[in-house]
Amino acid sequence: MVDLSINCGGIKSPNPFWLASAPPTNSAYQNCKAFELGWGGVVWKTLSHPIMNVASRLGGFDYSGQKLAGLNNIELTTDRSLEINLKEIKETKKLWPDRAIIVSLMVESKRETWHDFVKKAIDTGADGLELNYGCPHGMSERGMGAAVGQVPEYCQMITEWVTEVSTIPVLVKLTPNVTNIQIPARAAQTAKAQGVSLINTINSIVGIDLDTLRIMPNITGKGGHGGFAGPAVKPIALHMVSQVATDPEFHLAISGIGGISTWKDTLEFILLGASSVQVCTAVMHHGFRIVQDMTDGLTNWMISKGYNNLDQLRGKSLTGIDSFGNLNLLYKAVARIDQSKCIHCNLCYIACEDGAHQCIELTPEDGHNKTVIREVDCVGCNLCSIVCPVPECISMVRMDDGSQEKTWNDLVQDFKEESRELTWENLAEFQKKNGIVIH
Amino acid sequence: MKNIVSKLTLEQYEKNFQELHPPLSYGSAKAESSRCLYCYDSPCMKACPTHIDISEFIKKISTDNLLGSAKTILKSNWVALTCAKACPVAVLCEGACVLNEKGDKPIEIGRLQRYVIDNYFSLGMPALFSKKPSNGKKVAIIGSGPSGLSCGAELALLGYNVTIFEQSETPGGLNTWGIAPYKMRKQDALNEVELVKNFGVNIKTGVGVGTDIPFNELYKNFDAVFLGIGLGESHALSVNGEELPGVISALDFIEQVKTEDWSSVPVGKRVAIIGAGNTSIDAATEAKRLGAEEVIVIYRRSSQDMSAYNFEFNLAKKDGIIFHFLTAPEKIVGKKFVEGIECIRMEPGKPDSKGKRSVLPVPGTEFIIPVDMVIKAIGQEAQNDFISTIPDVKFVGRKIQINSDTYQTGNPKVFAGGDCINGGKEVVNAAYDGKMAAYGIDKFLGK
Repeated sequence: MVDLSINCGGIKSPNPFWLASAPPTNSAYQNCKAFELGWGGVVWKTLSHPIMNVASRLGGFDYSGQKLAGLNNIELTTDRSLEINLKEIKETKKLWPDRAIIVSLMVESKRETWHDFVKKAIDTGADGLELNYGCPHGMSERGMGAAVGQVPEYCQMITEWVTEVSTIPVLVKLTPNVTNIQIPARAAQTAKAQGVSLINTINSIVGIDLDTLRIMPNITGKGGHGGFAGPAVKPIALHMVSQVATDPEFHLAISGIGGISTWKDTLEFILLGASSVQVCTAVMHHGFRIVQDMTDGLTNWMISKGYNNLDQLRGKSLTGIDSFGNLNLLYKAVARIDQSKCIHCNLCYIACEDGAHQCIELTPEDGHNKTVIREVDCVGCNLCSIVCPVPECISMVRMDDGSQEKTWNDLVQDFKEESRELTWENLAEFQKKNGIVIH
Repeated sequence: MKNIVSKLTLEQYEKNFQELHPPLSYGSAKAESSRCLYCYDSPCMKACPTHIDISEFIKKISTDNLLGSAKTILKSNWVALTCAKACPVAVLCEGACVLNEKGDKPIEIGRLQRYVIDNYFSLGMPALFSKKPSNGKKVAIIGSGPSGLSCGAELALLGYNVTIFEQSETPGGLNTWGIAPYKMRKQDALNEVELVKNFGVNIKTGVGVGTDIPFNELYKNFDAVFLGIGLGESHALSVNGEELPGVISALDFIEQVKTEDWSSVPVGKRVAIIGAGNTSIDAATEAKRLGAEEVIVIYRRSSQDMSAYNFEFNLAKKDGIIFHFLTAPEKIVGKKFVEGIECIRMEPGKPDSKGKRSVLPVPGTEFIIPVDMVIKAIGQEAQNDFISTIPDVKFVGRKIQINSDTYQTGNPKVFAGGDCINGGKEVVNAAYDGKMAAYGIDKFLGK
């Protein structure tokens, strides 16, 4: 029996799938519908001060025929009154006691105002708070959102205002638009938050209309940067989650956000240390129903791999993350093409020839081109296997026997001990000794 | 002819002759182009007889560079719309698409090419090519079919003064008159003629060389002559009753259909087509679409031997065409008009050195199929009578002999391409021949 339930900094939900604070969590109608379809939690669309949105808030980033590889938005916090939201949160929590409802807050930088919002939010019966320090547009111009998240001192100070009155868990939502995300995460920890949510959206201009020469979205001739989300940001988000999760000074729970569309994406965030995940763009594209495959797919994968609960998986891939200096320079891999699977598109050839190390031979045979790796020259970069459209046609084969290991850090240490300088000549000697040919 | 089918409504005709492969929408063209792998040195390009850089033109669709895409196509093939619609893509470019090997559906190259050219024509054919300055030399082209148009376009851009002589009042050759309307309408071919005319090629229609004006006049007044004359009359069946009303050649029948004045084309209720090539399939399916109740293809060899492509055979079967293989016509029966066709069963004999089996009649198996119309589709004669009036131009069988690099005939001033040199192939082969002959002419006259 597989148990998908999670506890993210004290916020419990029957599965790790939460909806991120965004247009899909704007109303009781939407959140109740999401719960009916199986979402484990929702982060209610951010409560804030009076705002007004503009029409034309979203811009899609399409790639090679694929719609919404990314989504850019300039929508602000909720544009419905505080009273209506509080009333709806209370009603929704009553209807769905087993699900997590987290109230997102973004408030002007005044201690009393924060206290007021926090108390009102707790009175709804919500399970947790999420402090929105990430919104990169609009609100930051008014001293909120990313304007707070980008300054660790503010982040700490305001979080303290919240934690000093909150009786429920507090998550701090981090902006990725910083140099080192570990710093604001530590600030949240210092301020006694229970967890962090990341990443919020990335500063973006989604594109330019080549007829009007205006950026998109275009609001009567004007536009501004927005926040970028969706599948395209996932690798950035994974990296930032791992940065926080591998920080030895950081010990809080993580709610992972950034381009999550499927159960596979979910697993990747969990394997890098997330307790829950938050989804937005995928739901804006295809609706709440996607949670059914996410739940089903995750369960089936866990059964097939013999896992019973998500605690067994959380952070499991973090042990393999290390600095470049600790990677084995004597690991040797070369590409090998399975000729029986090759469809003769020659994409590996042109990629290697123009974009890598010129080690694929193209020779005419039986009316088509045969592609053969010149293994002595192959540096094992993976490019050909990445561009090959046929599954398992090009594989990377390990050539060293595994008996030798030497990292860059080892090498530097060796040189130091031998009192030799790190010169091209000395490096070449090491390479020659180990059969490494540089072209 | 007795038992002529009654007229259909205009809507019914339009429905029957609607396009087999409708145009792609903007969205579907983009999606299909994005599916292309953009192969390097792509097999589809090699499989195209005109070597259109297919992955390049498809890439340009995906980036909304449709004019660039049109230029990529046209620089290799001046009758690219006809080719897009009439080429047997399954055995050419699409058959070579690497996605087949991957187990996926090949890219719809024909429909994408059509998308690009349709767009180019709808924009009014904006100039994409620049002409070299006039070199003062004159070339005459006989025939405005695909080889003549290709040769003319290429030469005009190289700076030649080109005149095409076309015996029909309407130019375009078989592109205009020989392609089934559910594949392509006449106007498409005429648009391609316009494209070539835009390069300054002069097309004199209604002028038959050898009938209206002697060949010698061209030979004297032009620096070189290109023969894009195609083939001639349909082969005769050489059976009794062939002269009866109700017997027609496939090409004449298809040409009548191509007037697109469908109600004026007389069709019998029961129609027999003799022969099983691609032209017979066209004639058979067109007869059916005009309202014939029963259409029978009669072929003296077996289904393995027929020259019709598999996809054409399948189309005919879908239309309910009946095939009588190993059946040979003996005579056409009827007093004043066709009433039936007497056939005899054939049996395969021993295979010859090329593996092709001869067929022999089985005595005593004669039988009569009652039909009202007989369409002859067993190939065309070469225009040997005309060709033999040109000094030093030699032909073997139905093919004018040329130098395969220069397309020059035995007469150095005379070049040839298309069906008259290959005995009858695809439009795309003719397009390539015309282009190559233009280079041959340029090499000859540029000396």
